[in-house]
Amino acid sequence: MDYGLDTKSTRLKTFNTIFIITWLLIACFPFIWTFWGSFKVRADFFSRSDWWYAISAFNTLIETGGQFTTNAYTQAWTEGEFWKASKNTIIVTVFVVSISLFLGTLGAYALSRSTEKYAFWILMAALIFRAMPHITLVSGYLFPFFELQIWGILPTTIVVLVAINQPFTLWLLYSFFKTVPKELDESALIDGCSYFQAFRHIIMPVMWPGVITAGLFSLMLAYNDFTVTALLLNQENHTMVPKIQSYLGTNQHEGNLMWAVSAVVSATAPLFMLVMFFQRQVISGLTAGAVKG
Amino acid sequence: MPNKTFFWFFLPTGLAMILFIGLPIISTGIQSFYAQHDQVVKEVKKCDPFGCTVSIVVDNEETSKIREAKPLGKFNGFGTYTDRNHLAVDEIKKFWNETESFSAFVDQVTNLPFYKALIFTLTYCLFVTPNVLLLGFVIALSLNAVARKIRGPLIFGTILPMIVTPLVGSLVLFWMIDSQGIIGANIQNLMNDPYLSLKSSKTLTWITIIIYGIWHHSPFAFVVFYAALQTVPQEPIEAAIIDGASRFQRIKHIVLPHIYPVVTFVALISLMDNFRVFEPIIGFSAEGSAQSLSWLIYDNLVNEEVILFGSAAATSMMTIIGIAILLAPVLIRTWKEFKTAR
Repeated sequence: MDYGLDTKSTRLKTFNTIFIITWLLIACFPFIWTFWGSFKVRADFFSRSDWWYAISAFNTLIETGGQFTTNAYTQAWTEGEFWKASKNTIIVTVFVVSISLFLGTLGAYALSRSTEKYAFWILMAALIFRAMPHITLVSGYLFPFFELQIWGILPTTIVVLVAINQPFTLWLLYSFFKTVPKELDESALIDGCSYFQAFRHIIMPVMWPGVITAGLFSLMLAYNDFTVTALLLNQENHTMVPKIQSYLGTNQHEGNLMWAVSAVVSATAPLFMLVMFFQRQVISGLTAGAVKG
Repeated sequence: MPNKTFFWFFLPTGLAMILFIGLPIISTGIQSFYAQHDQVVKEVKKCDPFGCTVSIVVDNEETSKIREAKPLGKFNGFGTYTDRNHLAVDEIKKFWNETESFSAFVDQVTNLPFYKALIFTLTYCLFVTPNVLLLGFVIALSLNAVARKIRGPLIFGTILPMIVTPLVGSLVLFWMIDSQGIIGANIQNLMNDPYLSLKSSKTLTWITIIIYGIWHHSPFAFVVFYAALQTVPQEPIEAAIIDGASRFQRIKHIVLPHIYPVVTFVALISLMDNFRVFEPIIGFSAEGSAQSLSWLIYDNLVNEEVILFGSAAATSMMTIIGIAILLAPVLIRTWKEFKTAR
C-alpha cells in the first residue's frame, strides 16, 4: 500500500516481486506454450521421445521443412469445419447479448425503482436460479425439447442461454441502476414523461458503462458455454467449444489432436483481445455485486 | 414505481426465467419419477432337424411402439432414487450386514457411483474454495504493493485463467501435464519412472483437477479482493503504524475485518461454482478416476442406446437439494437481515 508512513524493507520488496513473477508464469505460461505449440506438428508438441522437440521443432522440420507450420489451422478451419462452428458461435453470441441486455435492462430498472417487498424476493429467487448447475437444467430441457421437436437448432439454444444468463445480468444491472440517482427519473416523470420514456431518454444514456459490462459478461457466457451447447445442439449446429471437444474424440488419431490445439488458440485469441480492451469493465462488473452492495 | 408499470417492465425477463429455469426444474422433478421402458421380449421357437429350441429375442417393433405411446417411460416412483446408481439403499443395507469392519463398509459404499461422485464433488469444494480465497487474497495484497503504472498489464495476466472456458483451461493444462507434454515428461525424467502419468493414479488425477480448480478460480477472488482493498480507509492503518503494529497485525486487525463481507460473498460464489465441477473432468479425460455429480448427469444424457432421462433427473434433483443445503445458511441470514431492516 502506498502510504507515506509505510516503509517496506528491501527483503519484502524482493519477495513480493518474486511472488508476482511466479504467479504470472503459472497464470500465463500455459497459454503461451499452447500458442507456440499450435505451430508445430503433433510429433513435436506431444513428443513421445523428447519434450525438447517442441522447442527445437525436430519433426516439424522433417515433415514440413520449416520451423513453424500453419497446417493445423488450415486443416481445422477447412476440413474440420471450424469455420462453421465459429459462424454459429457468432450468431449465438450476438443474439444472446442483445436479447439479454434488452430484457435485463428493463427488468433491473424496474427492480431498482420498486419499493415493494416482492422486488426483494425476486432478487432472492434470481440468486437461487443463479446457483442452479446448468447441467441439471439441461436434463429438464432435453425431454420436452425432443417432444416439441425444437431440439438441435440455434434459436432454442439462444433462448435457453438468455434465460440462464438473466439472473446474473439482473443482479449486475440492478447494482448499477441503484447508483443512478432516483431524482433524475423522478424529475422527468414530473415533467410528464411516462416511465418508459424516462427509462429510454433519461436513464439509458447515463447507463452505458453498466450496459457494456453486462454485455461483456453475457458475451463471455454465450461464447464459453459448453454444457448447454454440447447437449442442445446437433452436430451440424455445434459452436466452437463443443467442436473442440469433438476433435478430442475417443481414439485420438494423428492430426485431430492438433486440430484441437489450433482450435483452442483460435477460440481463445478473440476473447483475450476483447478482455484486454475492456479490462476496466470486466473488473467493475465482477466487483459491482460485492463491493457496492 | 406502480405495480402495473413494474409488471410490464419485468414481464419479459420474468417470463424467460420462469419458462427456462423454473419449469425445467419442475420437468426434472417429474422425469425423476419415471424410468425408461424395459425392452419387450418374445419367445421364438426355432425348429431344425435336430429338434426345437426356444430362444428369447428383443421385439424391436413392440418396444418402439410402447416408447412412442408413453415417451416419458414407466412410472417408477422413488425407484430410481433408491436404485444402485443413486442412493443404493439395498446395497448399503447389504454391505452393513455383510462387512466385518467399518472401514470395509465405507470402502464398499464409496465404490457405488453416486457416493463416489458425491465424495469427489465435496472433496473438490473443500480443497478448492479455501485455497482460492487464500491465493486470491495474497495476490491482491501483493499486486496492491507494486507501482501503479505497471498494475494494468499485471492484472490482465492474472485474470487470464478465469476468462477462458473451463474446458479450454483444463485442456491447455492437460496438454502440458500429460506424459507427452512438457511438464509430464520432465517429471517422468526427474522421478526416473517412465510409467508415471496422470492416468495411472487416482490420487494424482484428483490433485491435478484440484490444482486446476485453484488456478481457474483464484483470479475471481483476486479481482474482488483487489477492488475491496482500494476501499480500505487510510487513517486507521496510519494510526496502527504509529502505534508500532507489524504488517501482519495491520492485515489481521484492520484490513481483514474491513473486507469481511466481501470474503463471504466470494466464498459463496466460489462454493456454488465448485459444486457444479464438470468440464475439467472431460478436459483432463479423467472419467476413469474422478466423477462428479454433474458428470454423472452428463453421462446419462449422452448415453448411446437410450437417453436415461429418469436417472439423470434423479441425480439432478439430488444435486439441487445439495445446492439448497449449501445456500440455506446464506438465505436464512439474508431473510433475518431483511426482517430486522423493516
